[in-house]
Amino acid sequence: MIPSAFEYATPATLNEAMAMLAADEDAKLLAGGHSLLPTMKLRLAAPTKLIDLRKIGELRGVSASGGGARIGAMTTYAEATASAALKGYAALIDATSIIGDTQVRNRGTIGGAMAHGDPAADLPAVMLALGATVNVIGSAGSRAIAIDDFFVGMLTTALEEGEIITSIDLPALAAGTSTAYVKFANPASGYAMVGVAASVTMSGGKVSACRIGLTGAGPSATRLEGVEQALTGSDGSEASIASAVANAGDGLDILGDIHAGEDYRRAMVSVYAKRAIVAAIARA
Amino acid sequence: MTTITVTVNGKSYTRDVEPRTLLVHFLRENLSLTGTHVGCDTSQCGACVVHMDGVSVKSCTTLAVQADGASVTTIEGLANGTELHALQEGFWEKHGLQCGYCTPGMIMSAADLLKNNPNPTDDEIRHGLEGNLCRCTGYENIVRAVRYAAEKMNTVNAD
Ligand SMILES: Cc1cc2nc3c(=O)[nH]c(=O)nc-3n(C[C@H](O)[C@H](O)[C@H](O)COP(=O)(O)OP(=O)(O)OC[C@H]3O[C@@H](n4cnc5c(N)ncnc54)[C@H](O)[C@@H]3O)c2cc1C
Ligand code: FES
Ligand code: FES
Repeated sequence: MIPSAFEYATPATLNEAMAMLAADEDAKLLAGGHSLLPTMKLRLAAPTKLIDLRKIGELRGVSASGGGARIGAMTTYAEATASAALKGYAALIDATSIIGDTQVRNRGTIGGAMAHGDPAADLPAVMLALGATVNVIGSAGSRAIAIDDFFVGMLTTALEEGEIITSIDLPALAAGTSTAYVKFANPASGYAMVGVAASVTMSGGKVSACRIGLTGAGPSATRLEGVEQALTGSDGSEASIASAVANAGDGLDILGDIHAGEDYRRAMVSVYAKRAIVAAIARA
Repeated sequence: MTTITVTVNGKSYTRDVEPRTLLVHFLRENLSLTGTHVGCDTSQCGACVVHMDGVSVKSCTTLAVQADGASVTTIEGLANGTELHALQEGFWEKHGLQCGYCTPGMIMSAADLLKNNPNPTDDEIRHGLEGNLCRCTGYENIVRAVRYAAEKMNTVNAD
């Protein structure tokens, strides 16, 4: 399958890329291409122009920043997995080392995955649990979007027309914090049917804070706030985790399909929430 | 049309291509390197895997224009003259193929794996070949073939 015809450009700067985006409303940004090109090959998307971000140096690389880390939008999953600055974010590495397959990880980018907002993508859950910030630039200037405001709905994010993600910031992990990501992968596609990331902070034998992100189960990634509240203040034991996740899927918007019906998927939210929290605490 | 220059198996080629040309079609149709296969429309089978600037990629999910300035290695570039690469020998010795359709991609993925992990366990081999599907072998002999190659390459390197 071959995409329909389009123009191709490789701007050298963000300003050039933004001007190109503004000049053609049917143009699209190209990062790793591993979500966009498959949809173009199936002719589900037919942009008039692809603006390839690969030559814009400032979108690349991972750096330590203020105790946390800044991940350039064009950083591939493989580069993130290998990055010394990201080693402490175990949940992120759990995800970037199992997304898709080796070749997907060699091409797919962190910025592309965030912009795409695929409901079954792995990173959204991780970024929610880690409390990331998405830095974007557009004709109106730069802004920082808190991750809790970023995922709006099915394939929809808070990105405005013409905006480009430049980097993702991960805050420093508080003392006593450990993280993990686990997923129930679709056996055919490998995408998450249910994926849960947990960040748990223990202090004085109690869970003093936690963030739990869910992906795959519904139309967009979301935090499991009920679980977070139930877990906070508990002793983090297996029994307290089991009780905190017991009704994790209640009230959530869940999508069922031939691979996993709605009730089953809802039940799996509890199962995978428990596994993620147990795995995170085991790393403390 | 966009003019691109790509080094393939050590030789530089400058060609005019439509931006929508996939790298796999550029290799097969413009350069007549038909060792790289197309096995699916969904980026899942890995029959098309080549190396681009030293890492394995699916050439059906890469545009030829994205390879402008890059160095690409295909299955045709793996052997050293008439001497088979250890992986090619391994697939022969261990019957790692039946119809052979998946084999070029399997070998290119395995070569990427062995570069990063010269001594993989069977589980690591399976994880490394997750992006490659085979409809014939049931994978057992493919894992054996990769193990054979790893052992051979480690012995040669130890000499
Ligand atoms: C076989 C296969 C298996 C996969 N399995 C998984 C999996 O298990 N889990 C998973 O999470 N994902 C999976 N993916 C998807 C993969 O992770 C994608 O690479 C990723 O979702 C998108 O990143 P990309 O860099 O390829 O983006 P692209 O495809 O280049 O772009 C995606 C979208 O984001 C926009 N965009 C890209 N960069 C920016 C930017 N900096 N600013 C604003 N907009 C931008 C593009 O215009 C486009 O609309 C799989 C893909 C394939 C082909
Ligand atoms: S042809 Fe199937 S993954 Fe490329
Ligand atoms: S040998 Fe036939 S597909 Fe693998």
